[in-house]
Amino acid sequence: MIQVESLTKRYGFRTAVQDVTFEVQRGEILGFLGPNGAGKTTTMRILSGYLPADEGRAVVAGFDVFEQPLEAKRRIGYLPEQPPLYTEMTVDGFLDFVARIKGVAPADRSERLQYVKDRCGLNDIGSRLVKHLSKGYRQRVGLAQALIHDPDVLILDEPTIGLDPKQIIEVRELIKSLGGDHTIILSTHILPEVSMTCQRVVIINAGRIVAIDTPENLIYQLTGGQRIEVEIGGSAAELIEVIERLPGVRKVVDQGAQDGRRLLVVEAEGKTEIRPELAKLIVDGGGELYRMQPERMSLEEVFLRLTTEESEEEAAR
Amino acid sequence: MTNYLAILRKELHALFVSPIAYVVLAVFFGVSGYFFYIVLSFYVRQAAMRQFGPYPFPMDVPSLVMESYLGVMSTIILFVLPMVTMGIFAEERKRGTMELLLTSPVTYSQLILGKFSAALIFLLVMLVPAVFNVWLLVTYSEPRPSIAPYLIGLLGPFLLGAALLAVGIFISSLTENQIVAAATTFGIFIILWVLDAAAASSTTTWNEVLRYLSVLNHYDDFIRGIFDTQHLVFYLSFVFLGLFLTSLSLESERWRR
Repeated sequence: MIQVESLTKRYGFRTAVQDVTFEVQRGEILGFLGPNGAGKTTTMRILSGYLPADEGRAVVAGFDVFEQPLEAKRRIGYLPEQPPLYTEMTVDGFLDFVARIKGVAPADRSERLQYVKDRCGLNDIGSRLVKHLSKGYRQRVGLAQALIHDPDVLILDEPTIGLDPKQIIEVRELIKSLGGDHTIILSTHILPEVSMTCQRVVIINAGRIVAIDTPENLIYQLTGGQRIEVEIGGSAAELIEVIERLPGVRKVVDQGAQDGRRLLVVEAEGKTEIRPELAKLIVDGGGELYRMQPERMSLEEVFLRLTTEESEEEAAR
Repeated sequence: MTNYLAILRKELHALFVSPIAYVVLAVFFGVSGYFFYIVLSFYVRQAAMRQFGPYPFPMDVPSLVMESYLGVMSTIILFVLPMVTMGIFAEERKRGTMELLLTSPVTYSQLILGKFSAALIFLLVMLVPAVFNVWLLVTYSEPRPSIAPYLIGLLGPFLLGAALLAVGIFISSLTENQIVAAATTFGIFIILWVLDAAAASSTTTWNEVLRYLSVLNHYDDFIRGIFDTQHLVFYLSFVFLGLFLTSLSLESERWRR
């Protein structure tokens, strides 16, 4: 659905994006992950047809964004980092205007308007002025604006930035529910967001792609295995020995005790699921199992390792 | 066409919900109405004095009133139009809505013509009292003059305004700061205005060129009720140049940032 080939964009002497190549399949949700200033927004602006690239090409829904910009733009819904809103318009008025300039047929306009309002939870505020809306609602109007012409591809630049936790969850759910019907590229610098919403991740740093894969594979590649957090009660020392003997387990790290419970991190080889056996082992060994989950932090570690390695390389040059 | 109309509609909405529009209209209506009153009463008094003086001779009061009135109006137009055009592109850029417009399947010409047409409609609204005043002149003069020269006269402020709007829109497309846009536009209008005075002094070739470029020089024939296609061509090319430069500016912006 989206093919990007060796895109390069320079601002004066600074290279914002260098040799970026990736592909997105139909219905897939791809996460763009990178620190601030890594080139996420630039890449998205090029894809949406707002900026021209210096080198390389981008094909969206079968149309080259430089050669056939109007055709490509018809198939792209774009939500910039700052939602583009006319604050003196009502929500309905604004969405109607966007529907017109995006080329929604007059007969379908009211139906599409109703659909995006249902989808983005804007039904009660259609007649309100955009300037009176909270940040969360503005973001939703921004999403509705990107969806109104039923585009094949949605490009969302930091769609959850500046929202409160409840709104973040709502927007994430919304984006997830849009995957499948639409091909989505979203950028973020929040790591859990990627593992929660995206099927694949592009990690970008200093304008270059450092890694493209599923979140699980990225963790696997870097740690060479999986890490599981286990919270137990009872005699820890014996249990640790028992767990270490379990096939596949490489190492058990004792993270210390709190409130009489002990937090262990179990590092295991390969991708085989060891949690059921681990649980059985602990319970049979007389331990009390309070909690067990794959380590949350690991994607962050992957990210840090990938992005700092890169900058160390740059420093060495 | 749908795109053009959508932009036009949106732009009209934006113009007429902003307080600036009403300030501009109020100032323009007030000042031009006041000058109409001054000019009219001046010539009526003059005519009366001449008629009852020692050497009576006829005086074409309505056409003299129109010439002076529309002459003053050109200056007022020069002063207020920068306030109308300053936000046209600068505001879009500041709010980030430029990204929406430029990532929509809308061409530059649809965008620019839509915005220019909305500004022209605003200009027409500004000129409503002028039309009314000229109508008063024609209707209540005795004997009743023929209407054609007066219609030609009204074409003057419309064409002058259209040319200035095109320049203002171009300036607005260069910046994201409305104040900068307004100040620059105003400066350029003043230069165009002064050009006229500079050119009037002598008749060297250089001054001929200046005179041709002066927007007000071409205005004078209109308000005297004379229609000359060279003036029409001048204003239309001015409009075309302004809008063409705007499209270049929008295109180059994509490469600059």
